[in-house]
Amino acid sequence: MTTVVIDYGAGNLRSVAKALGTVAAESRAGEVIVSDDPTVIRRANRIVLPGVGAFADCKKGLESRPGVIDALAQSVLEAGRPFLGICVGMQLMATEGVEYGTHPGLDWIKGKVVKLTPDDPGLKIPQMGWNDLKLRSAHPVFAGLESGDHGYFVHSYHFITDRPEDVLAAVDYGGEITAVIGRDNLIGVQFHPEKSQKVGLKLLANFLAWKP
Amino acid sequence: MLKMRVIPCLDVKDGRVVKGVNFVNLVDAGDPVAQAKIYDAAGADELTFLDITASSDNRDTLYDVVAKTAEACFMPLTVGGGVRKTEDIRKLLLAGADKVSINTAAVNNPDFVREAAEKFGDQCIVVSIDAKETAPGRFEIFTHGGRNPTGIDAVAFARRMAENGAGELLVTSMDRDGTRQGYNIALTRAIADAVNVPVIASGGVGNLEHLVEGIRDGHATAVLAASIFHFGQHSIAEAKAALAEAGLPVRR
Repeated sequence: MTTVVIDYGAGNLRSVAKALGTVAAESRAGEVIVSDDPTVIRRANRIVLPGVGAFADCKKGLESRPGVIDALAQSVLEAGRPFLGICVGMQLMATEGVEYGTHPGLDWIKGKVVKLTPDDPGLKIPQMGWNDLKLRSAHPVFAGLESGDHGYFVHSYHFITDRPEDVLAAVDYGGEITAVIGRDNLIGVQFHPEKSQKVGLKLLANFLAWKP
Repeated sequence: MLKMRVIPCLDVKDGRVVKGVNFVNLVDAGDPVAQAKIYDAAGADELTFLDITASSDNRDTLYDVVAKTAEACFMPLTVGGGVRKTEDIRKLLLAGADKVSINTAAVNNPDFVREAAEKFGDQCIVVSIDAKETAPGRFEIFTHGGRNPTGIDAVAFARRMAENGAGELLVTSMDRDGTRQGYNIALTRAIADAVNVPVIASGGVGNLEHLVEGIRDGHATAVLAASIFHFGQHSIAEAKAALAEAGLPVRR
């Protein structure tokens, strides 16, 4: 089994690949490779889109890799392979994002990525640090995790889904904000599992074992 | 709810820890990766590397250390020291850093921070502000480890950096750094109250109560310390217990 981490010039590829590689080795879940080759993406059994950076910059990075977006659509939407988006990689699943101008996303999960606007003016932007998850679903990627477990968040923008049922977990930051989204073979996490110690590694291991 | 962060800091020179922790049973006390692993296991909320390498020739050594640390640790890593160009930032992020801290380059060219934030996102740009209290309630930016005054007001500079896209400010009191007398609370609070981005208190921690003061009185949302974690004086767990006892939210 092969898991591909999409290389699009931005993002903390190495951290994501290392975390996945560590849990893949522990659970004998095959190899983890980093690639921007459409052929490799089409052949991979699982796909991970990481993300650190600005929405538009990341989208541009994806578009600048010939054939990558088409390969993603084929593998994820047509072949139904398990997909995990992380942070900006999760936000790119949206219909559109408004960081430094309005930009179209992949439109895989209907919704918008907008600036965080907490009720409490004392709350800082970005949300930076560990926040406790409120799980709203018994999704397989949450196996062994429970509400109250912490994920590490670093973001100024958040995903507002059109359909409430696409939100699988939330956190409180001056109001509930989306922490995990998903439908069918798609999962997106706003926090960084690769930086969330035991909780994050557990989620990644669950993703590698997930058969949607 | 978001938790307050406890961040140990390791000073790294030419790829070796020069001011870090002498943990028991650590074969090589100068190995940053070994120290980072211990902090990861201890539940540190983040880790900061401050590269104090004298010569820029040894930059590749730093990238190598960052890469090895990122392989072994699953917590956020901030790297500071000598970040001058967007290429420096890209290399650090690709090596596995999650955030980079910009100091002198932000003072010399505030627009560099804007350029970096637009390129890499606000959230991975930390501006490190070294300031001294030059008169009661007056805080001035210093560079070169506190040696060179700039005439720049620290609070006004902090506001400008936040406007330029800094995602976080690391506020170090140069007159307290290394004294173990506690953070300069007036400085921390003046900046934390003036900006809408997270502030990390730094410089001068001598005991656990100082960590509590940084958050409760200084209005920081994270506390950075180096020397109290030296020689096992205090553990990360003790630091978090002290914050929790003061009613501050922490991850345990």
